[in-house]
Amino acid sequence: MSATPAAPDEPALAQPASPAELFFTFNRLALQGFGGVLAIAQHELVERQRWLTRQQFVEMLALSQVLPGPNVINLALMLGDRFFGWRGALAAMGGMMLVPLAIVLVLTAAYAEFSRIEIVAGALRGMGAVAAGLVIATAFRLMGTLRSNRLGLPLAAAFSIVTFVLIALLRWPLVGVLAGLGSLAIAIAWLRWK
Amino acid sequence: MSAWFHTTLSPGDLLGLLVQFLVLSLFAIGGAITTAPDMHRYIVDEHHWISDAQFTSSIAIAQAAPGPNVLFVAALGWSVAGPLGALATMFGTLLPSTLLTLAVARWGASRKETRGVRAFTTGMTPLTIGLLVATGWLLAAPYATDRAHAIGAIALVAICVLVMARTKLSPMWLVGLGAIAGALGWV
Repeated sequence: MSATPAAPDEPALAQPASPAELFFTFNRLALQGFGGVLAIAQHELVERQRWLTRQQFVEMLALSQVLPGPNVINLALMLGDRFFGWRGALAAMGGMMLVPLAIVLVLTAAYAEFSRIEIVAGALRGMGAVAAGLVIATAFRLMGTLRSNRLGLPLAAAFSIVTFVLIALLRWPLVGVLAGLGSLAIAIAWLRWK
Repeated sequence: MSAWFHTTLSPGDLLGLLVQFLVLSLFAIGGAITTAPDMHRYIVDEHHWISDAQFTSSIAIAQAAPGPNVLFVAALGWSVAGPLGALATMFGTLLPSTLLTLAVARWGASRKETRGVRAFTTGMTPLTIGLLVATGWLLAAPYATDRAHAIGAIALVAICVLVMARTKLSPMWLVGLGAIAGALGWV
């Protein structure tokens, strides 16, 4: 898909055969995503199906994050659109949402009953902690892409660290960080791109 | 729980709910969860359609269930006004952002190798990675600061990072491990 050659550790890319394959792949990955789908999406789309390189995944994610709307839904829309136009976009989004939506609505209706059971509440806590761990693990997996970043590794890593500190520790609003720090990073990249 | 049948909102209120979520959709940079405070203000503080606890548990349910976290919006809509409420909040949340994303993705794809688009992805990638670590950090904080279970929670997070870095094992196994550890009271 990309003009840039794949890194040596990344085998050739594959493509989904049809919108239906997109639908079922996104359905499967959504049903595995407890506490968030991003970690599973990276695993399924990049490591397993090989529809994207890690580099392409992180670039698509970067765009998903500055656009309004749920990141993983935006990512599904972009990936679907890239392979099969709007039919692919709808197939990917529908696959991601339909069955989980039914599950959430049933759970909402049943919540008062099952939340009182202590084992269930405990299991949910454990799954929540894993969900947090998987997001951090996904970030670690994608850090390798910073090595080939045109900003250079030290500067790119500095931008990652400052973003983390501003958002996680100082609790600055996301929009301000993306607009301010993001503009600075894009401006430096622009100047280095000769 | 009376959420099944209570509060059939008037058509005007349903329309108001839809419009509120349509507008919020365009401000949901970083995900729908970033607009949760404003949803709270509208649904709980201003209109008293559901209680504070119902609001929080709607988010917890969507987090616990498989699938994208944005489904908390459907759980909220359902709690407010049943199936029609869920339809209004989901449609409102997804329609504007979907159209905008498709438009921008196509615009960007046709200019993929231009200096501007390259500079954008090069500059934003480090922020994206920093943001991911921050998200994981904030998600882990309630578990890691609960004194009774902090060690178990931190160990689970560390195991996740190690297993994901060293193996291609499906994350499902880790979720199962978390469920068992939690059911045993370790987390």
